[in-house]
Amino acid sequence: MARDFGIGASSKRREDVRFLTGKGRYTDDFNRPGQTHVAFLRSQVAHGRILSINTAAAEAMPGVLQVFTAADFADAGGLPCGWQVTDRFGNVMQEPKHPVLADGKVRHVGEPIVAVVAETLDQARDAAEAIEVEIEELPAVMDMRAALAEDAPKVHDDLTSNLCFDWGFVEENKAKVGEAFARAHHVTTLDLINNRLVPNPMEPRVALAEYDAAGDSYTLYTTSQNPHVIRLLMGAFVLNIPEHRLRVVAPDVGGGFGAKIYHYAEEAFCTRAAQMVGRPVKWTSTRAEAFMSDAHGRDHVTRIELALDENGKFLALRTDTLANMGAYLSTFAPAVPTWLHGTLMAGNYTTPLIYVNVKAIFTNTVPVDAYRGAGRPEATYQLERVIDKAAREMGIDPIELRRRNFIQPEQFPYQTPVAVVYDTGNYQATMDRVVEMTDYHNFEARRAESAARGKLRGFGIAHYIEACGIAPSNLVGQLGARAGLYESATVRVNATGSITVFTGSHSHGQGHETTFAQVVADMIGIPESQIEIAHGDTANTPMGMGTYGSRSIAVGGSAMVKATNKIIAKAKKIAAHLLEASEGDIELKDGKFSVAGTDRSVDWSGVTLAAYVPHNYPLEDLEPGLEETAFYDPSNFTYPSGAYACEVEVDPDTGKVEILSFAAADDFGNVINPMIVEGQVHGGLAQGIGQALLEVAVYDDEGQLLTGSYMDYAMPRADDLPMYQVDHSCQTPCTHNPLGVKGCGEAGAIGSPPAVVNAVIDALQRGGHDHVTHLDMPLTPSRVWAAMQR
Amino acid sequence: MNITLRVNGESHDLDLDPRVSLLDALRHHLHLTGTKKGCDHGQCGACTVLLNGRRINACLTLACMHDGDDITTIEGIGADGLTPLQQAFIEHDGFQCGYCTPGQICSAVGMAEELRQGWPSHVTDDLTADPELTRDEIAERMSGNLCRCSCYPGIVNAIRQSLGEQA
Repeated sequence: MARDFGIGASSKRREDVRFLTGKGRYTDDFNRPGQTHVAFLRSQVAHGRILSINTAAAEAMPGVLQVFTAADFADAGGLPCGWQVTDRFGNVMQEPKHPVLADGKVRHVGEPIVAVVAETLDQARDAAEAIEVEIEELPAVMDMRAALAEDAPKVHDDLTSNLCFDWGFVEENKAKVGEAFARAHHVTTLDLINNRLVPNPMEPRVALAEYDAAGDSYTLYTTSQNPHVIRLLMGAFVLNIPEHRLRVVAPDVGGGFGAKIYHYAEEAFCTRAAQMVGRPVKWTSTRAEAFMSDAHGRDHVTRIELALDENGKFLALRTDTLANMGAYLSTFAPAVPTWLHGTLMAGNYTTPLIYVNVKAIFTNTVPVDAYRGAGRPEATYQLERVIDKAAREMGIDPIELRRRNFIQPEQFPYQTPVAVVYDTGNYQATMDRVVEMTDYHNFEARRAESAARGKLRGFGIAHYIEACGIAPSNLVGQLGARAGLYESATVRVNATGSITVFTGSHSHGQGHETTFAQVVADMIGIPESQIEIAHGDTANTPMGMGTYGSRSIAVGGSAMVKATNKIIAKAKKIAAHLLEASEGDIELKDGKFSVAGTDRSVDWSGVTLAAYVPHNYPLEDLEPGLEETAFYDPSNFTYPSGAYACEVEVDPDTGKVEILSFAAADDFGNVINPMIVEGQVHGGLAQGIGQALLEVAVYDDEGQLLTGSYMDYAMPRADDLPMYQVDHSCQTPCTHNPLGVKGCGEAGAIGSPPAVVNAVIDALQRGGHDHVTHLDMPLTPSRVWAAMQR
Repeated sequence: MNITLRVNGESHDLDLDPRVSLLDALRHHLHLTGTKKGCDHGQCGACTVLLNGRRINACLTLACMHDGDDITTIEGIGADGLTPLQQAFIEHDGFQCGYCTPGQICSAVGMAEELRQGWPSHVTDDLTADPELTRDEIAERMSGNLCRCSCYPGIVNAIRQSLGEQA
């Protein structure tokens, strides 16, 4: 039965009322006394040498306070990369400096060159237009394959080439994989592109910094998914500000999807400028700036090969991927095509031998980094597409082919050949569930009905697995992470029994204020309304790593459970004293401590009051107060999985694809709030369907971004998307975190692109277009129509 | 330029540069920050407000064009207790990050009035009959309001419920 309270209840969100009445507090809603404004002059060319910069006219313009160039940041560090990948020859990746303002060269359209701080934004913009920058244009490095040519122009003159690293995984398996291919009954090969995307949270990035000269301290308000990470990276590596003099606040944040993980130049700029100008400095990104300065996502070009035996058993898998890094290494960029991608290539299957090669390449484009799913959508897309193609080539039903290769429930924990150990899962169960949800067995009748109307109907299925709950620190340390990936929580119980939880996780739409409160309420047995969740301010929360990689409930929630357990343990000691009983006899139930087997009890607020008014209190044994902090470092990733099915209709006259139904059967382990989980799945599905049908970031050969607004970049709108069937009744709880949770934020974006593409290819094949075995995303009407004409 | 804007029932005398958009007038001059800027180009709908009862992208119109006009922003909707539409957004989980929500609410209020007056849309089959409150009809009419969290199913259901349809 559905619960109305605590874990498992669809509690309505506590943040809703402020969002519904315009009372949300987003970074751009903050203004500080004496605030100034910054306008950036950004590069209009993709690649060039800066010959001269003349700021004299701008400096003389009304309201202008100061004009900044790279020279003002000569003593600052570059924007750091948080991950160092070692290549297959044992060498570390090439790592160019990423200056705050372009230094000597410009390397992508949109790179900031000069910044003007003025009294008003209009004055700053007018002055920026008066700056003369002379640039000697250089040939742009755009195509990844061409970038690897011996004589290709170099994005970074001080590097040996445009190759950031050449990564092999698992390198020792390479020869064995080759042998397996040599003796395979059948080999399916597929060349595909994972299209470049722009994350596009609706709230553009904002940075507002102020400097307090009296305390020599800084405050930065910023649109971040992880304020502590920004404080650490910017303070320690860029501006040399110790943490205790730097406060970073990320208040309500209007969506992130990965794009707000990273430390950006504008944050460092505003922070430094606030001190130099002596007044608060604010920057609010325009949408055009967002398109050309927010980190983009995906952009992989891959050849994948699957070797099968005569029964369709997978023998080996081999992939060769070119991964676009853009012009500089963004915070997590090198981890995305490697450790978040190669480790997932086993998927849900028992493929014994896998070899993944990834060449990461610098180009004259905006840096590319993690976007919802990050590496895992790329892995899943390749795998689920090549399996579908193999099924067709071998004449085996695609569902049956997957079933023959699933890891079986009794095989868990399952060691894959690509380093990770899946703790739990039941892939046949989610597949069965989605087949049932979609009424697959009556598909043929529906197809005939479509055909009668002149439409091509197709059915596509995809299974996925992801590694979430990022991540065990000792493991990622070995893999090149320069940070730990634990999470923190402080549970502060107040004298009257209300509670404030300070979490290092950050909510920018995920509803932590609700779900986190549900967990604590459930553990103690008090109403959710007694609990407040605080996040997003380094001044009051312990060092935390923030929210991405579907890690909040699995890692942040676990830290909170750990801290709450410490609270309960201490509260039981206090209760034992108050009840003159032995601590071992104290039971906590429904917010009441009682002595087992008696009617003697004290309620929650009686204990909390005693903790803060310790008149009758075991002061010789216990400190007063009731506040505990815990850090939780996961022992493994979590492995959500699921099966997605999509049914489409293609109009042969126009090539337009319409999604008729979309069903998702996910295994997220235990679920805290089903309503919020469903919303997360909806969001992921929409971004995945957007990738499959609508979205792509396009550069021309000169490096101009052709899709720089919502008129050119097709965001999914209300009428582009179907109503979904979402189910998460198949649950194999995570075995290594206290809540048994796996995470749900990215699943939809991972599993849906291959489901949609498989459905469209199926429609075309069944419709007589046998030659169309693959189409690259997005499956726009023109692309689909052109394929049918071939 | 000196103009008077009547916002949420209150008159405000403003002295504005003629280039100031209605959106910037609301956010920067009247400090009504509930209305959001998502693109400043009329392409995302986050800044939707009601102008004399009709929905408009506040970023695409200049404040000085609206001397004497009645503007309703999110701060003027449900200020004395949530409206049934706002309640329905909670019930159907019609948002996540909340950034597009003020625009969605204002847009839905304006759209409801268009429906009441019988305006047809791109997907209306019978242009002479009153439009039906189907999912497609609502989705089409709300397609000017982007939600990157993609809470569209919840938004559509919430609007249908508030208009009296079983979602």
